[in-house]
This record gives sequence, C-alpha cells and structure tokens, in this order.
Amino acid sequence: MTAETTHPNTETVDDDRRNFIHIATGAVALGGAGMFAWAAVDQWNPAADTKAASSLEVDVSKVPLGGEIRVLIGGKPFFIRHRTEAEIASAEAVNVDTLRDPETDDSRLRPRADGTLNRAILVTSGSCTHLGCVPVGPSQGNTGDFGGWFCPCHGSHYDTSGRIRKGPAPRNLPVPNYRWVSDSVVNISL
Amino acid sequence: MSGHESSYTPNSAFERWLDKRLPIIRFANDTAINFPTPKNLNYWYVFGGILAVCLVVQILTGVILAMHYEPSVTGAFASVERIMRDVPYGWLLRNIHANGASMFFFAVYIHMFRGLYYGSYKAPREVLWILGCVIFLLMIATAFLGYMLPWGQMSYHGANVITSLFGAIPLVGESLQTWLLGGPSIGNQTLQRFFSLHYLLPFVIAGVVILHIWALHVPGNNNPTGVEVQDVEKDTVPFHPYYTIKDGFAIAVFLILFAYFVFYAPNALGHADQSIEANPLVTPAHIVPEWYMLPFYAILRAITFDLGPIDAKLLGVIFMFAAIAILFVLPWLDTSKVKSMRYRPVARQFFLGFVAVCLMLGWCGAANPDDAVIKSLQGESSLVVSYTADGALATSTYKGGDEAFEAAKAFMESLPASAAPSLEAVPAPTFQFRHLSLILTFMYFGYFVMLFFIGLGEKTKPLPESIHKSVLRAHKPQTGTAVPAE
Repeated sequence: MTAETTHPNTETVDDDRRNFIHIATGAVALGGAGMFAWAAVDQWNPAADTKAASSLEVDVSKVPLGGEIRVLIGGKPFFIRHRTEAEIASAEAVNVDTLRDPETDDSRLRPRADGTLNRAILVTSGSCTHLGCVPVGPSQGNTGDFGGWFCPCHGSHYDTSGRIRKGPAPRNLPVPNYRWVSDSVVNISL
Repeated sequence: MSGHESSYTPNSAFERWLDKRLPIIRFANDTAINFPTPKNLNYWYVFGGILAVCLVVQILTGVILAMHYEPSVTGAFASVERIMRDVPYGWLLRNIHANGASMFFFAVYIHMFRGLYYGSYKAPREVLWILGCVIFLLMIATAFLGYMLPWGQMSYHGANVITSLFGAIPLVGESLQTWLLGGPSIGNQTLQRFFSLHYLLPFVIAGVVILHIWALHVPGNNNPTGVEVQDVEKDTVPFHPYYTIKDGFAIAVFLILFAYFVFYAPNALGHADQSIEANPLVTPAHIVPEWYMLPFYAILRAITFDLGPIDAKLLGVIFMFAAIAILFVLPWLDTSKVKSMRYRPVARQFFLGFVAVCLMLGWCGAANPDDAVIKSLQGESSLVVSYTADGALATSTYKGGDEAFEAAKAFMESLPASAAPSLEAVPAPTFQFRHLSLILTFMYFGYFVMLFFIGLGEKTKPLPESIHKSVLRAHKPQTGTAVPAE
C-alpha cells in the first residue's frame, strides 16, 4: 500500500482515464439500479389476470322477486336486488330534498340498450359508505327501517334504492359501472 | 464502551492462529464476556436480553411454520388448521409463535418505558434510541403482516381497515393502497405478498438489532442514576458472569409466563372471529386489532372532526403515525440535562401519568367508541319516533318506562301510512369512549410537550457523584465499617 504513495513522481496519473472509469461505472450502476427499481416497484401493481377479473356478467333473471344476489368482483361485494312494485313505489315516493345524499331513484339506475329503465333491478355496491362493512339485506331477514339494507356494524339504514336514510354513513351505496348486455344480463365492472 | 482495551489473551496455539486471521473469539469476549457494565443495573434492564430471546423464538418457530403453511386464499385457513391438528407438534409451534408475538410486544413496551424513565434516549444515546424506534416500527409492520396469514375473519377485515388507512393519504394514498393490495381489494395476491414480507422483515429486524447493540456498546449502558461511568474499575462489572446470570434468571422467569399462555391460555390474547375463515361478504360486528396495537387504534378512532382541509379520517391516520414519530425526536424534545427520573420529581409524576394514559388508551381501543365509559352514570334511553310530515322529517320523543312505549306506539298508529313512522331507542347522552380517547390522545402528546417545558425550569434532586458512590450509599448499613461505636 505504502509503495505507491512513497513512489517518486515517475508514475503519471491519467486523471481523464480515471474519471472516465468512475463515471462510466457509476452510470451503469445507477442505470441498472434504476431499471431494476422500476421492475421491483411495478410488480406491486395489479397483475393482468387480476385486472381481467375486475368485471362480471350476471344473469339477473335468476334473482327472485323481493330478493337479492350478492356477487364478488375482484373481492369487492355487490348487491343485485329484484325489487317488488311496493319497494319501487316507496323508493320513488321519497322527497329527495330531505335526503342526506340527494339522488332520485331513476338516477341510480342505468338504461338498457333501448334507453328504457328496468326499475325492478337495482345494482349497488355492497360496502357500507361508513367503514366498509357489508350490510345485511332480505336474505339475512333484516332490511332496516326503510326496507333496503341495514349495516350491523354501526347501524346505518339504507332504503330500497340503496340510499342512506339513517345512521353514520355519509353517502348512498354507490352504483357501480354496469351496462345491460341483454334484457336479462348486466355486465358490472370495477 | 468500545473504547475499553481488549482483555482477551489467546490461550492455545489455535486461538493465537485464529486471532490473527479472524479475531472472532476476541470480539465475542470483548462484547459479551468482559464488556464493562454499570454495576447498578436493576431488573428493568433485563428486557433487552428477553427481547433477543423473543426474536430468536419467533424466527425459529416462524421458519418451521412456513414449511407447513400455504399462502393462498383457498389453502391458508385449512393449512393453519392442519398445523394445529395433523402436523406433529404443530399446535405447540403455532401457539408459541402466536403468543410469542404478544410476549414480544409486552417485553418491548416495558423496555421502552424503562428507556423513557431512566432517560436512556438522551445524549450520547440518541442513535441507540432511534434504532430502537425503527425496530418498534418494524415489529408493528411484521405483526400486522403476520396477523393476515391465518386468513380468519379478523385477519381479513382488520387488514381491510388498516390498508384503507393508506388510501386516506393525499396524492399517493390510492397508489400506495393498490400496491399493498395488488388489486381492487384483498385477495390471493395480497396474501402472497404479505407472506413474503412477513418472512423478510424479522431478518431486517435482526439486522437493526445488531446496529442497536453496536450503538449500545459505543457509549455503554445507561443506568438507573443516569450518571455516566467515570471509573471503569469502580463503576462497572464485567458482563459475564454478572449480567449473563441476572439476564438468564429473568429470561427463565419470563419463559414461565410465556409457557403459561402457550399451554394454559393459548387463545386468551386472540379473538374468536379468527376461528372463522375469512369471508368478504360478512363483516364481524366489532373489528379490533391485537391488544398490543389497541392504544394506537384508540388514537386513530379518537379523531372524529375535520381540521381545515384535512378530513377526520386522514387526521386520525396522521395522529396515529405521529404517536410513533414523536418518539424519534424525543431526544431533542426533552430539555433536561438530568437523565434519570429518580432525580426529576416533577417529570417523574408526568411519566407515571403517561404510563397510565397509555394503558387507558389500550382500554379505549378495545371498547366500542359509542359505549358509555361508566355505564351506571348513563341516563335512561328515550324512544324517538321518526316520521315524515309535509315532506320533511320530523321526530317525537318519549321518555320513561313502559308507558313511554305505549304512548309512542299510540302516536305511531295515529299517523297516516304515508308518514312511514319508525321507532328507535336513543341512548341518553353520556361520557363515551370516543370522548375519553380524545382526551387521552391529547394527554399522550402533552407528555412530550411537557418534557420540553419541565426540563427548562425543574428543580432536580442532587445527583450521586458516581455510580460507585450511589451503590455504596444504598448499601450503607451492610458495609458496617462506617458505623461508629456508641
């Protein structure tokens, strides 16, 4: 080690050559680390098959009148409710101005291909807007004070249009992106 | 005391040969055998050794459990049941691992309170303290990731609550949440990455523990007087046998407590909902974390108000993380030159209050925030009839026993059907856990603010001249020679 430093100045140091090697090596290391980091971070994102599983076609003709079915899309719950005439009537009778999150029943439905609404079928998210619990409904024998859903976690009541009527939840059950593929099939996507 | 001279003399030809090539025996001798340690360390100082044992136990049992565990949403719950029923001694290993997490946190909390009481975070040990805080953060992350793996109801819905907290962070929150979950919600991909990270982090902890011990061995141990070692001869004793035996004894006592939980109450610290396989469509009525997270959960839920542009959810998250972050800057918050609370009569009272606040925050975290703190002080519930009159929501309230119910019923029947009346029992306003949590949250942060101000003006008790003198004074009657004949 000491041999070099005590060496008289017979050896010349080529600074350019040394700098070139430092910069070139540093650039490769930095570039390589950066590119690896890109892959290492991007792999956290949803994989192609996970994304592909984020929509579902549901045959709504199978939903019993007055009942509902629950589907999971990408692990998230959704309700598909076949409403009775009375339930539709009570959803439409509400004075929208008195609601916490004012929405008419019609605005919570999506038109079929011919532009008409199928008021009997209501599609909503199944996560309470308070803290994300899954409310209970007709299948569990408890539809809350307003005939829709009841969240057992903190007592939010939803009406037959999935609108918040009582309890801590701030908003209506969101209506997901869905479209009518035919008269009896809806395609729900996240 | 990395400055102390090495006292190792190689005794055999092999040791001399090895010492020139890899002085590992010298290193072990200087750090674990002859390391000069203050002679006045009490039993609060044994938890460092206990924690090292906890980490080893968790890694050993965890590596074995991973041989039998299947990280998939279809197989995880069943594989844990298989470990409990079919794998030879699987029940023992899993009970040790699950209760080991609780034991680990129990020990770390005492270790941290010890550091707070004796001022072990102050100069020259700030880096030592910060590394400890890093280990604590890593422990929380590891415990959270591990709790997901059995794929029980509380695993799923607890993880749901915690990962949704990240979504509350502005700008980056949603990407962060998607990265954590690897999809729109918790699924197979989430379980797999949680398993991978749960296996990784304990080794990161082990690495930081090495730095923690290194940072301990540079200034040497603090001690109950907070007075630094001045004379190695008089103030210290070698680590072995004095503290190997003392720590060893404490570890044995600790393991008895550990074994009690493993063999007699393996599920006492767990939650019944964990025995039900995760079901995204059914939420448990009451989501609670493991006991060691309860104080932080209470702080999270205590914040129910918006502050300017920051909504309540984000504010709760900020307060929860701040509760840990404030520990990192504690060395610069405490202005007192005196380390040990023994000589700080005012700060000592606040410290004891702080411990009580932390315990009570845990109590609040376990409770339903809307419940009354003292049930007997809560008045009678009233019956409220809600109905629609002229298109607006109206209410009518009834108080009293059965008569109130009769009156409410009669009133509801008198209304037209279009009024759609509904009846609800509304509890009387009272002092709820949400209120207590909020008060305690401010007291928690208040302690650190108070340390700043108390340190400026507190009249401290006189410090002993040295560790040696303080030990002599404590044992005066035994020394005998100082007592003059009467």
